[in-house]
Amino acid sequence: RAMELPPGHFPAARAAAVAVEYLRYLRGGPGSGLRLRELQRARRQDIDDVGHKYYLELELEDVLDKDRTVSCTAEVLYHLGSTTSAPDVQLTVQGELRSTEEADKEFYNRIRSLEKELVAENIPDSHGNVPPELEPIHLLAWVASGYVIWQNSTENTKFHLAQVKHVKQVKRNDEDLQFDFVLLLHEMVSQEVLPWEVTLLWHPQRGARVPQSRAAGAGS
Amino acid sequence: LQLDFWLAPRRLGLPVDIRVPFRSLQAVKAHLEASGVSYSIMIEDVQALLDEEQTEMLRSSRQRSVDTTTFNYEAYHTIDEIYNFMDMLVAENPNLVSKLEIGRSTENRPLYVLKFSTGGTNRPAIWIDTGIHSREWVTQASGVWFAKKIVQDHANNEGVASILETMDIFLEIVTNPDGFAYTHTTNRMWRKTRSRHAGAICVGVDPNRNWDAGFGDAGASGNSCSETYHGPYPNSEPEVKSIVDFVKSHGNIKAFVSIHSYSQLLLYPYGYTETPAPDEQELHELSAKAVAALSSLYGTKFKYGSIITTIYRASGSTVDWTYNQGIKYSFTFELRDTGRYGFLLPAKQIVPTAQETWLALKVIMEHARDNIY
Repeated sequence: RAMELPPGHFPAARAAAVAVEYLRYLRGGPGSGLRLRELQRARRQDIDDVGHKYYLELELEDVLDKDRTVSCTAEVLYHLGSTTSAPDVQLTVQGELRSTEEADKEFYNRIRSLEKELVAENIPDSHGNVPPELEPIHLLAWVASGYVIWQNSTENTKFHLAQVKHVKQVKRNDEDLQFDFVLLLHEMVSQEVLPWEVTLLWHPQRGARVPQSRAAGAGS
Repeated sequence: LQLDFWLAPRRLGLPVDIRVPFRSLQAVKAHLEASGVSYSIMIEDVQALLDEEQTEMLRSSRQRSVDTTTFNYEAYHTIDEIYNFMDMLVAENPNLVSKLEIGRSTENRPLYVLKFSTGGTNRPAIWIDTGIHSREWVTQASGVWFAKKIVQDHANNEGVASILETMDIFLEIVTNPDGFAYTHTTNRMWRKTRSRHAGAICVGVDPNRNWDAGFGDAGASGNSCSETYHGPYPNSEPEVKSIVDFVKSHGNIKAFVSIHSYSQLLLYPYGYTETPAPDEQELHELSAKAVAALSSLYGTKFKYGSIITTIYRASGSTVDWTYNQGIKYSFTFELRDTGRYGFLLPAKQIVPTAQETWLALKVIMEHARDNIY
C-alpha cells in the first residue's frame, strides 16, 4: 500500500528534512549539530481522510564528528489539507552519537557566569564566518529553528536556517538558559527568506523548549 | 522620510521591515504609535553592522592584487574587484581571453562575458554563467576560479586545453551585478534583479523565471514582492535579454550551464512541465557521469534529475529556454552546501567547491565536444 519514492525526487527530500529538523529540536544542543548524510529509502502512503505518510530510512551524522553516523527510521505524516497543524513525526535512532555531556555542561556554566547578557548578530556573517565562541549559539539556533521548521512544514515547503540575524540571552531566575533569537529561515520552494522571532529555553539535562515563536514584524 | 523597505508590504496581516534613517526615526515612531501599528527593533544601528563588515573585509587581504597570480581565490570579492580581475586576466592573456560587453543592467552596470578562444570563426561554444541570483556568492567566486583555471590549463596544455582546440568558452561571472552590489551594500540575502516596473509595488524580478519558456505558468509568481516574481513579460530584465540576444546571434552554442547555489544538485530541463525532455536519457546519463567526477575529489554528494522532479516546478527558467532553442546540453548546477551554511558558505570552501564543480563541467564540455550535433 506504500509507494516507493525515488530518494532523489523532492517529495522524499522534503519529508526527510522535516524529520531531521524535528530530531534537531529533540536532541540538538550547543555541542551537537545533526545533519542528514543520506536519504537511503523513502515510501509514501496516501491515507484516505487523514493525509500523506512518508516512511524514511536516513543516515545521520553530527557536523562536529563526521566520522560517525547513525541510522534512523522516520515516519512523517502530513495532515490532509492542513496548513495549521504540524506534521506528525515518529523517529527511531539506531546507535549512539558522541556524548556532548561535557561540552554542554561547559557551555552552560560559561553562559550562566557571564556578567553581561550575551548579544550577537549575523551568525554566520556574510562570508560564512562563525567565531568559534559563537558556534554553540549557532547550534542552539538550529534547535530553535528545528522546532519552528517542524511546526510550519508542509509537503510544499523545504526550510533551512539561513542566518541568525540577532540573538540575545535573557537571564532567568530558574535553571534554564534563555535565548531570544531573530532567525532568518530560507524556504526553498518560494525562495523567501523569512524572519522569525523565537524564544529558546535550554538546559543540559532537560533539553530544549520553545515557548514562543512567531513570524517577525509585529512589535513587542 | 527616505524609508527603505527590506521586507516590503505584500498584503494585510504580513509584517513589513523598514530601514529608517536616523533623522526620520522620531517621525516614523510617532506615526506608527499614533496609528496603533506595533513594531519592534530588529537592528539598532545598521551603520555599525556595515562598518563591522567593512572592517572584516578590509582585514581579509583587501590589498588590491596586481595580477591574477596574487589574487585571493579563497575570499569573497566585491564587484569592482571581480571586474578588475577580469581586466587583469585579459591583459595577461590577450591571445586567449577577451572581454565582451553584452549589455547593461537596470542600474547601468556593464554586463561582461569573458571569451576564451584559440581562434577560428564562430566555433561551437560552451556557455557558463554564475551569479544570476546575487546572494549565491559561492557561484561568482567559483566563476572567478574557473576563469583562472581555463587560462592555466591552456598554458600547461592540459585539462580543457584540448577542448579549446575546437571550441570556445564563454563565461559570465557576475550575471546580476545590480543584485550583487546590493548584497554587499544593503541586503546579503537579495536574490533578484533591481528593476522597478510600472505598477509593481516591490523591486526586482527573479532572473531565473524571466525566460520565455513556460513564462508565467505555475512555478513562478505574478507578485512583484515575491522572490520568484517572473516580471511583467519575458526578457523584461536586461540581464536576461542580453544573454538571449547573445545566444541567438551567436547561433553555435552547444552546451549551456547556469550555476546556482545551494543544494548540491545537477539539473536538466524541464522545470515548467512534467513532459520529459526528448533527450532526457542522454542528459540523465551525462549527469550521472558529471556527478561521479565531481564526487571523486572530496566525496561531495550531488543528486541529479530534471528540475521539476528534483527540486520543484519552476517556469521561465534559463535552461528550459536554452534547451528549447536547441542547445541540447543545458544544465543547472546547485553548488554546496545542503543547508548547513546555505548562501553563507564559508570562504574557505570556495576553492574546493570550484575544483569539484570544474570536474563535472569538464565532463559536460568533453561530451559536447565529442557529440557534435
